Amino acid sequence: MEIGLAHYLTVSAILLTLGIFGIFLNRKNVIVILMSIELMLLAVNINLVAFSAYLGNLVGQVFALFILTVAAGEAAIGLAILVVYFRNRGTIAVEDIHHMKG
Amino acid sequence: MVLPDFSIALPEIFLACVAMALLMVGAYRGNKATSLISWLSVLSFIIAGLLVQFDGYTTVTTFDGLYRDDAYGVFMKTLCLGASAFAIIMSIDFNKREKLVRFEFPILIVIATLGMMVMISANDLMTMYMGIELMSLSLYVTAAFKRDSVRSTEAGLKYFVLGALSSGMLLYGVSLIYGFTGTTNFDVLAGLFTGEKEEAGLGLLIGMVFMIAGLAFKVSAVPFHMWSPDVYEGVPTPVTAFFAAAPKVAAIALFLRVFVTPFGELVDQWQQIIVFVSIASMILGAFAAINQKNIKRLMAYSSIGHIGYALVGLAAGTEEGVRGVLIYMSIYVVMNIGTFACILSMRHRDGMVEDISELAGLSKSQPWMAFFFLIFMFSLAGIPPLAGFFGKFYIFIAAVNAGLIPLAVIGLVTSVVGAYYYLRIVKIIYFDDPAEGFEPTTRTQSVIMTASGLFIAFFVIFPGPLLDGAQAAAAVLFP
Repeated sequence: MEIGLAHYLTVSAILLTLGIFGIFLNRKNVIVILMSIELMLLAVNINLVAFSAYLGNLVGQVFALFILTVAAGEAAIGLAILVVYFRNRGTIAVEDIHHMKG
Repeated sequence: MVLPDFSIALPEIFLACVAMALLMVGAYRGNKATSLISWLSVLSFIIAGLLVQFDGYTTVTTFDGLYRDDAYGVFMKTLCLGASAFAIIMSIDFNKREKLVRFEFPILIVIATLGMMVMISANDLMTMYMGIELMSLSLYVTAAFKRDSVRSTEAGLKYFVLGALSSGMLLYGVSLIYGFTGTTNFDVLAGLFTGEKEEAGLGLLIGMVFMIAGLAFKVSAVPFHMWSPDVYEGVPTPVTAFFAAAPKVAAIALFLRVFVTPFGELVDQWQQIIVFVSIASMILGAFAAINQKNIKRLMAYSSIGHIGYALVGLAAGTEEGVRGVLIYMSIYVVMNIGTFACILSMRHRDGMVEDISELAGLSKSQPWMAFFFLIFMFSLAGIPPLAGFFGKFYIFIAAVNAGLIPLAVIGLVTSVVGAYYYLRIVKIIYFDDPAEGFEPTTRTQSVIMTASGLFIAFFVIFPGPLLDGAQAAAAVLFP
């Protein structure tokens, strides 16, 4: 069987869904949420690169490079915010993040 | 190799250099230089504003069509720069009193504003993404700015997680749009749908839906609003004042640009979604705010409602509708700046208070502040002859002319419901037994209050310049 565009798109759709569910269903740990976010961005990258190869057009790969760079920055900021939060609360369990409700 | 025309992006390049230079000043002088850096940032916003005007009102693209400058951009950028400048000015006194003096704050706002300007000028999905991220990443940091406060860091964490989720969805939509059209350029995309090929394929449609979801997050429209009440409540008040104004304007500007320029011909396909989002936002904004006790939380629901009204204009999909949105957003920004100048003045000797009940009897202790509060609340509720009424008026007229009469009717009904909680604040201020009085307002806060109060009150006499500007800006999107 030849691996075609549809296979790549399916993998990326599955990864994206996993990422979204990882954010909403996860009750344990904020680090897992950060990993889920990375998963979503990587799903997008697979999509872009697959389309780029399929269309014979470089724009998608350039875009993927930009996303990789931004994802690194995003992870850094996410971790930094997590560290200040941990210093205040002493926990990073998702179910404890409920200081404000309404 | 031919160099691109850098002069078109001059205001952005200027702001980027200013941000780096100020960072150096901060690194060498430390937090004592905060005041200096704040005023320098305001000055650089003014200069950037002049550069934006100077750049001219002709439509030009540069960087291989990635970037565009036109009258629409001039209008929106001016609005964003103004809103950010006022946010910095309002923060100076507050941060001093709350011992939050850190030089990063104005610099982060400068960088966020730079991101907004890139968003507004984007002519390609890639530029759009870079602009959004530049803005969002700075905003996440500003949200968690009060590092030793549980509420502020929790708000920052929530904002970060949901913001990153929304960027992911937006990007997935972008990747599908790229895959099914083969381009990310707005002009090329627009060219694809003219003529007989006005049907979007399924892949493109799904891409558009994902993009709407991502952008709806950024403007906090229902059903993607859940971050905004928590974030508004948790972050320090000057940050709330900033969040409520400039980023909303930039996100709405991008929303309009994307759905009117490249996908303008597909209006039948996205109109229903926007109509749904706008109705849901208006209803939630009107009903959820009723029981709020915290004024910042109330302002969050109020801004969800206002975004709903602004989206009515986009749903119309006509030049008149876009003009309505531009007028609405300008007035919304002024009202918000004024209201937050009042909220920032709500403080006792031992600190800032946020409960609406603390406002009781303000008319006795501080009649002027009470009076301006009244003007802003009446204007937010949309009571003529204040400016807020005209914002809604132009939006609803556009909706009716575009045949969206049910939408306009729902908008009218929700604005009547929403008037209840604005008027409740006025009732507390004027008719309840006085609570402990507030500290006197600072001079900057009073000046900002007075200036925006006068604008709101006298807009009815001099509406001309704003209407003309909005008209010229909206015309660009409909060549």
